[in-house]
Amino acid sequence: MASLLEIDKLKTQFFTTAGVVKAVDGVSYTVDEGETVAVVGESGCGKSVTAMSILRLIPWPPGKITDGEIRFAGKDLLALSEEEMRNVRGKDISMIFQEPMTSLNPVLSIGMQLTETMLAHTDISEEDAHNRAVELLGMVGISEPERRLVQYPHHLSGGMRQRVMIAMALSCEPKLIIADEPTTALDVTIQAQILELMKNLTRDLGVALIIITHNLGVVARYADRVNVMYAGKIIESGTAADIYYRPHHPYTLALLKSVPRMDQQRQAKLDPVEGQPPDLTMLDEGCAFRPRCRFATTECAEGLPSLETVEGGHATACFNKDQVAATMKEAS
Amino acid sequence: MSPPNEAVAREDAQFRGVPTDDVLIDLKDLKMHFPVTEGVFIQSVIAHVKAVDGISFKIMKGETLGLVGESGCGKTTTGRCILKLEDPTSGEIIFHGQDLMNLDDKEMVEVRKKIQVIFQDPFSSLNPRMKIGEIIAEPMRVHNIVPDEEARNNRVVELLNTCGLKANFADRYPHEMSGGQRQRVGIARALAMNPEFIICDEAVSALDVSIQAQVVNLLEDLREEFGLTYLFISHDLSVVRHISHRVAVMYLGHMVELAECDELFDNPLHPYTRALLEAVPIPDPDLENGRAHQIIKGEIPSPINPPSGCVFHPRCPSAHDGCKKEFPEFREVKPGHWVACTEV
Ligand SMILES: Nc1ncnc2c1ncn2[C@@H]1O[C@H](COP(=O)(O)OP(=O)(O)OP(=O)(O)O)[C@@H](O)[C@H]1O
Ligand SMILES: Nc1ncnc2c1ncn2[C@@H]1O[C@H](COP(=O)(O)OP(=O)(O)OP(=O)(O)O)[C@@H](O)[C@H]1O
Ligand code: SF4
Ligand SMILES: [Mg+2]
Ligand SMILES: [Mg+2]
Repeated sequence: MASLLEIDKLKTQFFTTAGVVKAVDGVSYTVDEGETVAVVGESGCGKSVTAMSILRLIPWPPGKITDGEIRFAGKDLLALSEEEMRNVRGKDISMIFQEPMTSLNPVLSIGMQLTETMLAHTDISEEDAHNRAVELLGMVGISEPERRLVQYPHHLSGGMRQRVMIAMALSCEPKLIIADEPTTALDVTIQAQILELMKNLTRDLGVALIIITHNLGVVARYADRVNVMYAGKIIESGTAADIYYRPHHPYTLALLKSVPRMDQQRQAKLDPVEGQPPDLTMLDEGCAFRPRCRFATTECAEGLPSLETVEGGHATACFNKDQVAATMKEAS
Repeated sequence: MSPPNEAVAREDAQFRGVPTDDVLIDLKDLKMHFPVTEGVFIQSVIAHVKAVDGISFKIMKGETLGLVGESGCGKTTTGRCILKLEDPTSGEIIFHGQDLMNLDDKEMVEVRKKIQVIFQDPFSSLNPRMKIGEIIAEPMRVHNIVPDEEARNNRVVELLNTCGLKANFADRYPHEMSGGQRQRVGIARALAMNPEFIICDEAVSALDVSIQAQVVNLLEDLREEFGLTYLFISHDLSVVRHISHRVAVMYLGHMVELAECDELFDNPLHPYTRALLEAVPIPDPDLENGRAHQIIKGEIPSPINPPSGCVFHPRCPSAHDGCKKEFPEFREVKPGHWVACTEV
């Protein structure tokens, strides 16, 4: 069976005065119906640009999708007209951002914002839209939904606004929600509430979810599958257990070792990923992680490692993946 | 109510040479109530934000005290009060045996050389028009710590190296550096004053995990090398567990728990601390599958009209009628382990 979303060799670039930023450089992955897929990686590695590319929201100039394909439910998204694409964005795929204030309209009441999208994208009556709005607010755990409908975004706390965003994202019964750092700006207890809510709703309604985050704990708790990105590419992909217990890429290994764990007594100094993230305008033909990599060999400078299967759905892009796996085994 | 006394016995390996029962800072019943005013021409005070409402703790010389709690609970205000950047409503701030509450602005200038702050956002705290070298040199020049220019430039290079930056960074501007590098500059600038005590207010929170680990290691090395003392304010409990000797938990302007680090994380007693720890996801899928995920309900109330009695009672799973009436005393339930909850 074909997947709900298929991204194939996607390339998105920004043509700036400082050079061509290869923000997304040949990314391929799939999302099945009802599945939760996490995308992790450090700041600037291309997570958000990948998401914006799916929705064709890359601003030109300076940005452009230069290559690749994106198929959603069998449709070639890159071939759609702007109007057809607007319909996809409103109805089939919705997006939740880190800062809800940037995507909520400050001068429209919560009720107007909720019903507006429904009225635009479905043939629901105004009365039904109103009732549905009340129902949605209840679903996302907002008390006294009737009263909330007449309030404005600034009346709500950050956590409540994010709940409203989720209600809006769900309003047209999408098949896919893309959540870009949906809880990063929230407090830990509120973050846990929102994530649990998203998990339960997506499971109950069978909605697929792409969750973009830099929090490895969130990934472990909520994701079925994980894509690790580095410098515009997916460098490792697999189930959460593959990634956490059997990493085959030096960056994944380093990332896991660099985070302190709240459930463990401190053993020693942290083991950081040394060096700085790469400049995406200056990538050469070799592996982009090479300057920071403990496993690098001469081969790594000469060509680009491609994403190869380790086992089952677990794949990694590293010439020395067996050495990495052996190191991991030794350590544990 | 007596303030928390000496840190617990320090033979534990994780204290790695943290001395002493030398008290560096002794905070007693500190309160910071901000007035809320109304009216355009004649302003009248209509209420108070009880940002910090009677907290007490000691920080030992050479220790890292972690201060955690959710947004708005008063962590930053506590730090600012210690520096007297706010004018506390009441309480005592004993630093080296001297109550800072009694010092005037001029006397505080001297104290502020010994107490430095590192902020969350390295960008907004660095002047964009100054070169990194000037940024680090300026406090030394202003306070006449290193009057000679050449000696000062040498000191800048030394500080950059200490913080893991090459000497040529002195000629760069803040926008030419990454977030991690800017945070190192912030640390170098704080060190320029030869401080004894550094308040790290979300100092690593904005950094990527890989870079965060570099800066955390740097802070630990510096503490050991220069015998520094830290108040480490953060909402990231994993980092706090890694870096702290003792940890204090705040909720809505109050201290709810204080204990030696492993004791607090392995054996949390206050219902709020438990809820907080439960909410933090751990990077281990099997472990996460096995966790209960009892997620605490409700939101944090406003500090303008805090709940009566124990301020946590509206969200507390163990609350009973008594909790609505009286604020529970902050008491020592085991040696070194302090809790404000009657149910413990
Ligand atoms: N409008 C733009 N013009 C030029 N470069 C851009 C633009 N938008 C993004 N980029 C660059 O594309 C790269 C990928 O950015 P992206 O926002 O996808 O990162 P990210 O992985 O989402 O990072 P973060 O975790 O910080 O959100 C970055 O190097 C960024 O500087
Ligand atoms: N100058 C001020 N005037 C009025 N209220 C203030 C002032 N400074 C802080 N507050 C309030 O005091 C409370 C505590 O704020 P504080 O910044 O200390 O919290 P915090 O624990 O540092 O939170 P965060 O984790 O978001 O940084 C908040 O409710 C805040 O709005
Ligand atoms: S391909 Fe080479 S440089 Fe790249 S991650 Fe693997 S070992 Fe390191
Ligand atoms: Mg992003
Ligand atoms: Mg703060």
